[in-house]
Amino acid sequence: MSHEHVPLDPSVAPLGTRNFRDAGGLPAAAWRADQTEQTLVPTHCCFCGVQCGMYLRVDGRGKVFGVEPRNHDINRMRLCPKGINAYQQVNHPDRLTVPLMRRSRDEPFREASWEEALDFTVAEIQRIQGAQGRDAFGMLGGASLFSEKTYLVGKFARVALKTRHVDYNGRLCMVSAAGANKLAFGIDRAGNPFSDILQTQCLLIAGSNVGECFPVMTQYVWGARDRGATLIVVDPRETAVARTADIHVALKSGTDSAFFNAVLHVIVEEGLTDEAFLAEHTTGWEEVKATVKAYPPARAAEICGIPAEQVVQVARVFGTADRAMAWHARGIEHHTQGVENCLTVINLCTATGNLGRPGAGYGTITGQGNGQGGREHGQKSDLLPGGRSINDPAHRRQVAAIWGIEESELPQAGTSMMEMVWQMQRGEIRGLIGVCNNPFVSLPNYAVVKDGYDQLEFHAQLDFFLSETAANAHVVLPVTTWAEDEGVMANAEARVVKHNKAQEPPPGVRTDTWVMCEIARRLGQGGKFAFEGSRDVFDELRRASAGTVIDYYGITYERLEETGGIAWPCPSLDHPGTPRLFEGGKTSHPDQKVHMQVVEWHPPADPYSDEYPMTLTTGRTVAHFLSGNQTRRLGGLVEQTPRPWVEVHPSHGFRNGEPVRVVTRRGSEVLPALVTEAIRPDHVFVPYHWPYPVAANALTIDALDPRSKIPEYKVCAVRIEPAREIDPVPAPPVPPGREAYPEAQVSRTDPLPPTSPQGRGTAERG
Amino acid sequence: MLGRTIFIDPGRCIGCQACVSACRECDSHRGKSMIHLDYPDEGHTVASLPTVCMHCEDPVAPCAEVCPAEAILITADGVVQEADPTRCIGCANCVNACPFGVPKIDLEAKLQMKCNLCYDRTSYGLAPMCATVCPTGALFYGTVEELQAERPGVDVSTLFAFGDTVVSTGVAMVVPGERQTPVPGGTLNLIEVNGRPTPGNGARA
Repeated sequence: MSHEHVPLDPSVAPLGTRNFRDAGGLPAAAWRADQTEQTLVPTHCCFCGVQCGMYLRVDGRGKVFGVEPRNHDINRMRLCPKGINAYQQVNHPDRLTVPLMRRSRDEPFREASWEEALDFTVAEIQRIQGAQGRDAFGMLGGASLFSEKTYLVGKFARVALKTRHVDYNGRLCMVSAAGANKLAFGIDRAGNPFSDILQTQCLLIAGSNVGECFPVMTQYVWGARDRGATLIVVDPRETAVARTADIHVALKSGTDSAFFNAVLHVIVEEGLTDEAFLAEHTTGWEEVKATVKAYPPARAAEICGIPAEQVVQVARVFGTADRAMAWHARGIEHHTQGVENCLTVINLCTATGNLGRPGAGYGTITGQGNGQGGREHGQKSDLLPGGRSINDPAHRRQVAAIWGIEESELPQAGTSMMEMVWQMQRGEIRGLIGVCNNPFVSLPNYAVVKDGYDQLEFHAQLDFFLSETAANAHVVLPVTTWAEDEGVMANAEARVVKHNKAQEPPPGVRTDTWVMCEIARRLGQGGKFAFEGSRDVFDELRRASAGTVIDYYGITYERLEETGGIAWPCPSLDHPGTPRLFEGGKTSHPDQKVHMQVVEWHPPADPYSDEYPMTLTTGRTVAHFLSGNQTRRLGGLVEQTPRPWVEVHPSHGFRNGEPVRVVTRRGSEVLPALVTEAIRPDHVFVPYHWPYPVAANALTIDALDPRSKIPEYKVCAVRIEPAREIDPVPAPPVPPGREAYPEAQVSRTDPLPPTSPQGRGTAERG
Repeated sequence: MLGRTIFIDPGRCIGCQACVSACRECDSHRGKSMIHLDYPDEGHTVASLPTVCMHCEDPVAPCAEVCPAEAILITADGVVQEADPTRCIGCANCVNACPFGVPKIDLEAKLQMKCNLCYDRTSYGLAPMCATVCPTGALFYGTVEELQAERPGVDVSTLFAFGDTVVSTGVAMVVPGERQTPVPGGTLNLIEVNGRPTPGNGARA
């Protein structure tokens, strides 16, 4: 920017009007510090499930250099720090631009041509599958990919690799909610759009740190509050949203289903159920009613560690509201009873008749940008495009016909992400292609994950930064960021939005679509992967989903650009989309009813003992995203939150910033204490965005929900003890011959806990 | 009458620092953020609030009054600008004078920097970057009428007492409206949350 002195222009505003904006004309041109030519490319953020609209600023050379707020329907100009800094990934010095490969893990990476890297990859696929069978080669996708690419991952694995072993990292995120939604409603998405929140009288948020993980959704929460809604937050931590809640239920992690059963118990006792709705639109209510009889408030108080009165309060507020809503996120889903927790919330909404009306309904908040779209079109081990089941012969025939293969050639269901790691440990899976995921940080029980990956004979990873997982691979293929390709994502409301290409990829970088099609071609399946780009894939995806529950047929790129987003199902080109489900109490089950499910609470997988008396819970912080592969490299975000910490209650006697050793049955690490009353005395909290040795997931347990196979990230037994030295934070890996980007090294060794929305803790008072 | 300005509503702040990040994107001081995010009761609550320049009106801009180099200029519409780099000597008088702790000194450049209400945006009819992106509306840009239309019952204050001195500002603080949520079935007692009695549902703290 220029710093020349600009004389003020008195004609700008009459003295004393103090009218900053309507200044009656433009000031001297030099106020416009940026005189470069720029175009604004409308797109959306690549990060969380809110999918805020934004413009990317592109300079005269065609390079992305900034961000500009966009007045999109979802976020109305608002952005969170991740969204504001997201553009810095695009031309970041850490970007991978050349394929890296090595024959064994003992060698360092060397740069290779695409030809050589792909030849090696294809040769290894053929060698492993020839020797060990097709299922010895697996594939793992991700939910930050565009829907087109998630569709392609599922098709590539089953048609080109012909393996049953394909899964994706939404397995760590959305599958519990998905399982519950399918059981209860026969359709897997949130029931209401965000805008319905503004019309509710009672908003219940369970296990969701909306302020940090979905900041822009907070506008709807506060909007409901402004309009007089009662806000109930269920969370062991006093998060920014819990701070202003009318009722904050600070229950023990892992006791949600007992709490919601007890709330339903009181609602039944006080006659607050909607009997007409139950009689007409549900099955299974009598069984549910009989079950919750055994959950009086006193029992919930004992299990959950909360006052019994709170159960009564929540029940009365939720049960008497004419329009009540419940939204939940990973807090109740990351459990060995994740599906059941979601079912108790569904039971609560159903029993009070709060479904399918403005301001009354049920929603689950997707964590990843395409957490919704990522689970719809066949990346998941048991699903085919359009949410079809891979176990259903009719569904298999439909998809086989679309893909031009025999139904018998279509592999059967595979296993979940964590189970695949166990299979790697056992040598059942010997080769793997990973796209857009970072299990070294994101999967629980790091020791097991590392061991599983180390057993692989061949591991290829597609990414645009060298993630911790990619650093362990044999082949790393450099692919595009979200700003260098076009495609769609579906946000938490199941609103499909279009991302646009803002710049050409750097030389040497290809799209994930190109890479998968090229490998398929080399495997002799090129005819089935003749896609020029996202648009071709999307057209096939539309046809593949036509007539299913998840119907994309009526959604086209042109319509998305005109409308700013269409919620599926959208079966025809003149269909407006379906923002609100379950109107009139009708679900997607053949009988159109809500199938209420009986849920009994059971304790978490990791038993408490004298040695491990406390609860460790993990989660996110606002400045970082999931495994941090993207955000831990952006200066502004690193400055905001350079390192993890352990949140402890003052009653443990630690001073702020003191080293605390956090020990579980799987590992231990030393983190600075963030001493705050915002957490229960019997809990500690560690954010999980960092790699080993400061990985929360080196401590967590790899116990899975039996139905959804989601790991139990949110609760395990832990003890804390004084320690001497805080574990340092490793710098993110960079390709050979490069230095770590200095701006992302900010205060990495700073012993104090970072500034977080939880404050910086205190060593004084209390 | 307060013109179109920023309103700070701490009750809505979630401490996410979107304003801090957005301020770095402002074209008149790109790469440097002029916003402080403060935690008024650290360790006891997660409450936070953003501090932007309050654009003091009476006494007019203490920072500008004490500037020996007359580097801090005020526009006709009341925006207190950052130091003019051709004049500023980096003496930090303004830092000491500001009752809100707003200005920052870049010691290497010997230059004061501070929020200028995104003059490069507001003069073009755009809202300042921080208030544009704030996910929760803790920073709101507009008129009092627009604010009250969106948030019924709130009031605003532009008077701040520092000892005997009262400063009237161009940027306003939001005072929350009275909030009464009747509980069906009668008011219950205060609830202990994290060992503290917590008012809810109209109960008085």
